[in-house]
Amino acid sequence: MTASAITVYVPCDAAALAVGADEVAAAIAALCAARGEAVRIVRNGSRGLFWLEPLVEVLTAEGRIAYGPVTPEEVPALLRAGLLRGGAHPLRMGVPEQIPFLALQERLTFRRMGVTDPMSLADFEAHEGWAGLRRAVALLRAEGGAAIVQQVTHSALRGRGGAAFPAGIKWKTVLHANADEPDGQKYVVCNADEGDSGTYSDRMTMEGDPFMLIEGMAIAALAVGATQGYVYIRSEYPHAVATMIAAVERATAAGFLGDDVCGSGLAFRVEVRKAAGSYVCGEETAMLESIEGKRGIVRAKPPLPALQGLFGRPTVVNNVITFATVPLILARGADFYRNFGVGRSHGTLPFQLAGNIKHGGLVEKAFGVTLRELLYGFGGGSASGRPIKAVQVGGPLGAYVPESQWDVPLDYEAYAAMGAVVGHGGIVVHDDTADLSKLARYAMEFCAIESCGKCTPCRIGSTRGVEVIDRIASGENREQQVVLLRDLCETMVHGSLCAMGGMTPFPVLSALNHYPQDFGLAAATAPVVASA
Amino acid sequence: MSRDKGGTAQAPVDQVTGEIGGELSAETTSEITAGILARRAHQPGALLPILHELQDRLGWVLKQTVPQIAEALNLSRAEVHGVVTYYHHFRSSAPGRHVVQVCRAEACQAHGADDLLAQAESLLGCKSHQTRADGAVTLNPVYCLGLCAMSPAVMVDERVYGRVTPQRLQEIAAALELAA
Repeated sequence: MTASAITVYVPCDAAALAVGADEVAAAIAALCAARGEAVRIVRNGSRGLFWLEPLVEVLTAEGRIAYGPVTPEEVPALLRAGLLRGGAHPLRMGVPEQIPFLALQERLTFRRMGVTDPMSLADFEAHEGWAGLRRAVALLRAEGGAAIVQQVTHSALRGRGGAAFPAGIKWKTVLHANADEPDGQKYVVCNADEGDSGTYSDRMTMEGDPFMLIEGMAIAALAVGATQGYVYIRSEYPHAVATMIAAVERATAAGFLGDDVCGSGLAFRVEVRKAAGSYVCGEETAMLESIEGKRGIVRAKPPLPALQGLFGRPTVVNNVITFATVPLILARGADFYRNFGVGRSHGTLPFQLAGNIKHGGLVEKAFGVTLRELLYGFGGGSASGRPIKAVQVGGPLGAYVPESQWDVPLDYEAYAAMGAVVGHGGIVVHDDTADLSKLARYAMEFCAIESCGKCTPCRIGSTRGVEVIDRIASGENREQQVVLLRDLCETMVHGSLCAMGGMTPFPVLSALNHYPQDFGLAAATAPVVASA
Repeated sequence: MSRDKGGTAQAPVDQVTGEIGGELSAETTSEITAGILARRAHQPGALLPILHELQDRLGWVLKQTVPQIAEALNLSRAEVHGVVTYYHHFRSSAPGRHVVQVCRAEACQAHGADDLLAQAESLLGCKSHQTRADGAVTLNPVYCLGLCAMSPAVMVDERVYGRVTPQRLQEIAAALELAA
């Protein structure tokens, strides 16, 4: 690299790699070398505008200029058009921050995403990195861990994995656990088993801004007095696993993890653990069993993991986005964060547009945005161009939301009131070719495959559910089978140990209630509102 | 779920048999296992990391390694067997030289994943969850690769593909000389 080398950004996010980002980077490097143009290629994270990936950016005198979607075949023409100087071309998207999809967002947690080189400590630090951890160390010295917990509590941050439990309350429980045993082992565990279809914000965080997650976990460790952390990452995410392992090594070498975290005098080590393809291990107690080296079987609660978690010790268990949001709260203050959002849902959520959507990608918005705004304002409608029929919000255990509910503001309470969940913010779009009875059957089938088998409603109920839906589809005693299906769902909701069996009825009943015609039922005979 | 790692990306097996998924002599397998156990057995909750490394090296978890692992970790053979068979990722039989995974979670279903899986079955001459008779390829459905805005998605060994059209799937199979 020479001083005059032009900086070109080509994302390294797995979604960009899936559409040829590596080949694009190689083509740019080879052609520029042949033309005698000095370029420095930075592999940044993805901005989350996936329909434009690979989104190539070049640093010009006027700032960064984006081009996308770029294929390797188009690289020669782009270079001839003056890509390196921001020249005109049909693929030129202009300044990335001014693309409406990005300009209309409220990027707080994802503020660095796609901007920085995920593996660069210098880049991270230059963009507000470690500011939250430094503030936490200062608070710890002045007032103790409780002051850090107080910031998180006051920010009103709730668990972003789906359950939406207040993070500060969980941390406080761990802080005060085993108070008579001050040097007792405590753990911080990051749940990165992002198994929900339609979600990828955890993956993007780990691949695109891994130090942010490390910073959040380190703050949690200082707050509660934990010395060992684990990041439990799904085996379906090989790129995220590799990036996190490398990031932990770099952060440790730089003194942000290890024996003396950021000059605090306290130790905190992090180990990356690779999961092994079990969906139910996204449930926190099954995950703890898995980290302990056992089958991922759900534990009965109580005891709460905050009191008896990993290896029976007090443990903070949070999702990737929860930890990743903490540094911002510490750096800018709890009030800054809690002033976003509506009702009891404070802050922002990185929503993920997926499935049959024209402009799929990550939209970080304050709570209160409507589904219609996300689907049409950001998403541009369906990819197929056909009418959108149903939208599953919150992963495979989330309800199918019909058009009549698309103007309800996305907040935890408003969604719960209509029998739906915001969950982890995944939004899967289906057009009018979708058969909701087939999707309801799939929900039961998925539960049957993935059930850990500990409780009967989930283990047996899911298999019976598939059979009952098959009988409804074949028209065998249809009205009677519908009653049976509702009864079965009620048993699963109220009798299951965890959300796997307890929430599988959400997609099933919402499909049945809102799309009865797909089950061969007259629209009038079914209630309009989901009862799950 | 069943994100199976094709042994092809890792070379270490070559020193043993010259090919992945072939028959290993009992002694060599036991030496490899012993090496992994020596390095990892002391780790808290060591079983999953041990099984991962074993499968990364050998392509699958051979039945004869179970008693050895159980002894080193002071577990019963039943407990180790239980863990191996509980997780979709761990294989109890040798995989093909390439592992093709087609995502069939909701976001991919919304964009033609079911048809794509059917196409993969006929294109590769191999049913889901099976390894082709010539040992060239294993085909598995997978439940979410996290490429939900790029649906439908496919992973071949550790390489990911998004927006996979029928045409693209043919090209991928042809490039790996996998078409039946």
